[in-house]
Amino acid sequence: MFDSIAFILGTTLMYSTPLIFTALGGTISENAGVTNLGLEGMMTIGAFVGAAVGFIAGNPWIGFLAAGIAGGVLALFHALASVTFKADQVVSGIAINFIGPGLALFLSRVLFKGSTDTPPLSLDKKIPRPLNGLFPDNSFLDSVLNQYWTVYIAFFLVFAVWFLLYHTRFGLRLRACGEHPRAADTLGINVGLVQYVAVCLSGLLAGFGGAAMSVAVVANFRPALISGQGFIAIAAMIFGKWKPQGAMWACLLFGAAQGLVIFLGRSDIQSVIPIPSEILSMIPFILTLIILITFVGKAVAPSADGIPYDKESE
Amino acid sequence: MKRKSFIAIAAILALALVFVGCQKKAAPAAAAAAPSLAVAMVTDVGGINDQSFNQSAWEGLQKAGTDLTIKVSYKESKQNADYAPNLETLLDAKNDLIWGIGYMMADAIKDAATKNPKQTYAIIDQDYGKDTPANVVGVTFKAEQSSFLVGYIAGKTTKTGKVGFVGGMTGPLIAAFQFGYEAGVKQANPKVKILSQYAESFSDAAKGKAIATQMYQSGADIVYHAAGAVGNGVIEAAKEKNKFAIGVDRDQNYLAPDNVLTSAMKRVDNGVYNVVKQLKDGTLKGGTTISYGLAEGGVDIAPTSSKLVAADVLTQVAALKQAVIDGKIVVPSDEAGYKAYKPVDITK
Repeated sequence: MFDSIAFILGTTLMYSTPLIFTALGGTISENAGVTNLGLEGMMTIGAFVGAAVGFIAGNPWIGFLAAGIAGGVLALFHALASVTFKADQVVSGIAINFIGPGLALFLSRVLFKGSTDTPPLSLDKKIPRPLNGLFPDNSFLDSVLNQYWTVYIAFFLVFAVWFLLYHTRFGLRLRACGEHPRAADTLGINVGLVQYVAVCLSGLLAGFGGAAMSVAVVANFRPALISGQGFIAIAAMIFGKWKPQGAMWACLLFGAAQGLVIFLGRSDIQSVIPIPSEILSMIPFILTLIILITFVGKAVAPSADGIPYDKESE
Repeated sequence: MKRKSFIAIAAILALALVFVGCQKKAAPAAAAAAPSLAVAMVTDVGGINDQSFNQSAWEGLQKAGTDLTIKVSYKESKQNADYAPNLETLLDAKNDLIWGIGYMMADAIKDAATKNPKQTYAIIDQDYGKDTPANVVGVTFKAEQSSFLVGYIAGKTTKTGKVGFVGGMTGPLIAAFQFGYEAGVKQANPKVKILSQYAESFSDAAKGKAIATQMYQSGADIVYHAAGAVGNGVIEAAKEKNKFAIGVDRDQNYLAPDNVLTSAMKRVDNGVYNVVKQLKDGTLKGGTTISYGLAEGGVDIAPTSSKLVAADVLTQVAALKQAVIDGKIVVPSDEAGYKAYKPVDITK
């Protein structure tokens, strides 16, 4: 019984970590008034760069940082299109979702003799697990807490982003740009600059999210590695009411639902309660929807979210 | 004067275009003295270096090119929409046989074959059944046979008496892997318990990792996967828990050299080679589907198996392989067949 609870908790942490990074990215960008549907593309480039640079440099941390930078650079294009040129942010985001995977595959072929998979990292070349070996193998604490550094970093960043948004002057300005950019502009805030920084930060975090998949959950990049996580993160951000802690809870809920489903799918449970695995695999999505609709209530976006700010217009 | 220089520039540009064109055309063609036949293939979106079936198919085709003096070439598809135009290009290039690699090209090949009844086509991993056009050859692989052999290795190697199977999506395709494997385990030791679970995905590596972790935590020490990218997670779990995983489709030992015990390989290269050879010999029959198994070298276990599998087990596997080839053992590919399967004494 305890083993099963430990397994579900451990899976929750493992599964939700890449989503938390990315959802935090979305939270920052949207609070500054820029919709970011390109998170999936930024995650993909992050996953690739993390694994590739991690492999070439022989150090996962360099890979992890490079992944964030790569995500941030890709986000720069989104900022350029949506802030400077005031293009439709949805269209720009979708374009990023095409560019990200395309660029990742192209670079992979150039760097690794035409292969779209990056070479695997051995355990000692991956992001370390700080508590590995501290608890007896398969004990409760081992199953729950023997996680990669990325897991702990994700939770630290939830706190950091919350602090940034609600307890710093920059955070106040950022949120002002998302709620009422004209008022912010009148008060002398450089709306464009704040939005640029916010969008690049969101790319940085999405890049980290991708790398959390490719250098921690698994040990290499392959084309299908990021398939939908970016969109789940966007959903988590919306269910979390555009707040970092809210997005974190939504990601954890989704991860827990996955853990529960995998637990319910094991052979010995299936022989007592047989549920077809096709039905089981839908549960995380349905459960998340039901809980959030029932208990969380209406989610309201920042009022200027997705609307390009134009100084000259009325 | 102006006019002259314009013409000169235009001529240079035209010449340059010709060279560029030549270069592209020349690149994929293999060297051959006087090729009698031309065979070409279209990759699916995985591309020519996917370290999987597209690459394997091209290796088989290149081998056929050298061994049988045939002109071979390929066209890569970047997206699903490229299949039809690529097939069209190869049709215009006058090939005797055009390959579609992968079931994703099933519709494109069928369309092309219907429109061009005189052109012969072949496709990997697709069985159109009764609807096979007369100018199409389908090639499939008996995955249950290689799964049976790795199942036997798992059953003989396990120390805990528990082994696992992680499937991609529920359906007859993956069922062949599952029940072939389970029959292999039964053949090795009927007392070994098998944990089987499906991820209902071919891409969610995190889910694969969680499923395999759960299996290892409940006492399994070997897990076989037939789940595409989900399997990356399975192999990662084996690495972290220091247990064994069994790879699929290609030799996956490179992903975790100490933990990937063996792999159930699909030899697309041999399948392609055999069909091209039949074409050359004039024995290729359209409108049919060929299923390659152990006998034809269409499936097998990975060559790296000897690194981690005990020598005596490999000897038994070789005998078992012969028994399957000789028809002494009929490997089941579905649940009913598995339930009815009784371990065969191959020493008799």
